[in-house]
Amino acid sequence: MSGLHELLLLCVVLTNFWVLGTTRLSATIRATAIQGGLLAALPIALHPGWSLHIIGLATGTFLVKAILLPTFLNWAIREASVRREVEPLIGFTASLALGALAVALSFGIAERIPLPESDSALLVPVALSTVIVGLLVLTTRSKALTQVVGYLILENGIYVFGLSQVERVPFLVELGVLLDIFVGVFIMGIVVFHINREFDSLDSTRLTELKD
Amino acid sequence: MPLLLLVGLPVLAAAAAYAHRSPRFRLGWLVATALVHVAVVASFWARPPAPALGGWLAVDPLGLVVLTLVSVLFLVVAIYAVGFLQTETPRGGSVFVSCLLAFLAAATLVAISHHLALVWVGMETTTLALAPLVYHRHDRRSLEAVWKYLVLSSVGIALALFGTFFLAAAQTRGRPLILEDLVAGSDSLQPALLRAAFIFLLVGYGTKMGLAPLHAWKPDTYGEAPSLVGGLMAGALTSCAFLGVARITQVTVAAGYDAFVQPILLGFGLISLVVAAAFMIGQTDLKRLLAYSSVEHMGLLVLGLGLGGVGRYGTVLHLLNNGLTKGIMFLAVGNIVLVTGSATSDAARGILRRLPVSGVLLLLGLFAVTGSPPFGLFLSEFTILNAAIGQGHPWVAMAMIGLLALIFVGMAAVVLEVIYRPPETEAPAVRENLLLVVGPIALLVAVLVLGMYIPPPLQRVLTEAARGLGGVAP
Repeated sequence: MSGLHELLLLCVVLTNFWVLGTTRLSATIRATAIQGGLLAALPIALHPGWSLHIIGLATGTFLVKAILLPTFLNWAIREASVRREVEPLIGFTASLALGALAVALSFGIAERIPLPESDSALLVPVALSTVIVGLLVLTTRSKALTQVVGYLILENGIYVFGLSQVERVPFLVELGVLLDIFVGVFIMGIVVFHINREFDSLDSTRLTELKD
Repeated sequence: MPLLLLVGLPVLAAAAAYAHRSPRFRLGWLVATALVHVAVVASFWARPPAPALGGWLAVDPLGLVVLTLVSVLFLVVAIYAVGFLQTETPRGGSVFVSCLLAFLAAATLVAISHHLALVWVGMETTTLALAPLVYHRHDRRSLEAVWKYLVLSSVGIALALFGTFFLAAAQTRGRPLILEDLVAGSDSLQPALLRAAFIFLLVGYGTKMGLAPLHAWKPDTYGEAPSLVGGLMAGALTSCAFLGVARITQVTVAAGYDAFVQPILLGFGLISLVVAAAFMIGQTDLKRLLAYSSVEHMGLLVLGLGLGGVGRYGTVLHLLNNGLTKGIMFLAVGNIVLVTGSATSDAARGILRRLPVSGVLLLLGLFAVTGSPPFGLFLSEFTILNAAIGQGHPWVAMAMIGLLALIFVGMAAVVLEVIYRPPETEAPAVRENLLLVVGPIALLVAVLVLGMYIPPPLQRVLTEAARGLGGVAP
């Protein structure tokens, strides 16, 4: 199964670029849902052997990241009837170029990280580039909902990195992490919904009343 | 078993309070849980509990200090909440009490967890539990505040998770991510990964502490959250976050990287003091003023940690003093907001006549929070200052004195104006609700006592906590 996880990791990178390049909010959410599905398959591909821990992790991830959160975010844009789309603070071409730079940078950094028992040469660079893309989406998109997606991608990157430590982190803790992320995104989604109702816009750049 | 109870009880009480329709029952659950919590924590001082869940949950001296602080502050806030909810009915009232109790469970988990990934789970839960409370007024300003709080804290804490995985990768022997095994096997930790773990955990939990320049969420959140929530955040939440920073510092120092962590911690400490001093001057909102005061004290905590030696003892003592004092200040300001409807210094002018008790609390609290003798913060700040001189950092000591003096002037200018400057229209004195003042008075007495006398059991725990961090007692 050694080829499969490399393929999955490459697809994770592709979904990152999809998020960076798309103009449509619904496509962004679809991309994160697919990314969630890829992340759920990764532990099984990396650790074939069907242990309860791995199956539980894969099921939980699939449920939260591929089904529940995308459905909820879709509900939020439908309820808030968002018509305008992604609205980046920097252009799409620039975003994609920065994304490519992030991947190159991640391969450079990953060479210097001496992970003791690395399962796959691609794991760390993909994790790092996903973290960077998450931060990029968080900082360069003005819609509050896109920022939630950015946060989700950031967490996905950390999850991929965590897969290298899967034997060391107990299942119970992983469940706690997953639950926290679910509740976190859920509360953010509710706040996004309120922002839209209050400001008639999902644009977080309008949030400028509080300052010194 | 008592450790599991300490986390489980608030969770059950939160569910029960949510289920109850009558506000009286909800508040009953709140206060009863707070009382049981304090009683159980007090028993830990007499007899340390056995570790639970195979060493995942345990009470060590530093954890005990944070746990006690959380427990005491929560009791004070619970009693205050009874009076607060008589005057103010928040929207979604049933959620209010349940969120407070969920916060107690999560903060307790952080304080007693020795599994560093479990610490992360608790820390993220504290963030989420308080988010609905920040949005309690349901207006545009609080919406903006809760958004900034959620996004910045969540991103910060996500980086801390990254750091936690780095730490797991750095470990080559012992049970994974258990504090004791990390310290015991510190000589076998992978140096590069350990340093990466330290940076990510410091930045992550530092964001939650509100260290400058990671403090952007703090003034807005404290400014908009109800005062009792602000008090819990500034006193308990930031202390839990500091515990996260202290844990990774403990591991890194045990591995022999004191020279690596010290300059980083000193840098964050000094920047926090500078930012606090700069933004306090000319501040017109009391809650935002307190937010910058919190930035200042978080800076002092990491400064003491970075100085090493007696500085680490000073830090542990300061942790306790700062938490208690923040409770006094936020609750006193909360009383002003309840009467005047605003925390701006214009609206609150002449408060000493309208609210004599809260006015005096605010005045004495001002002296306590700026580290004037004979309050406890003077003692702890003095210890940290001594460490700066003793450890050969005279420049740090001079910068600290200068910045603390500036901060004193900045805070005093606002608070004294509120207290002494006569209001534009004379308003009659208000009879103050006992429930709203008894807690802060008790905290003030505690801070005053800590400035003059440290009881032997506390002294022992502080000394052991400082030793655990690689420091010494004076």
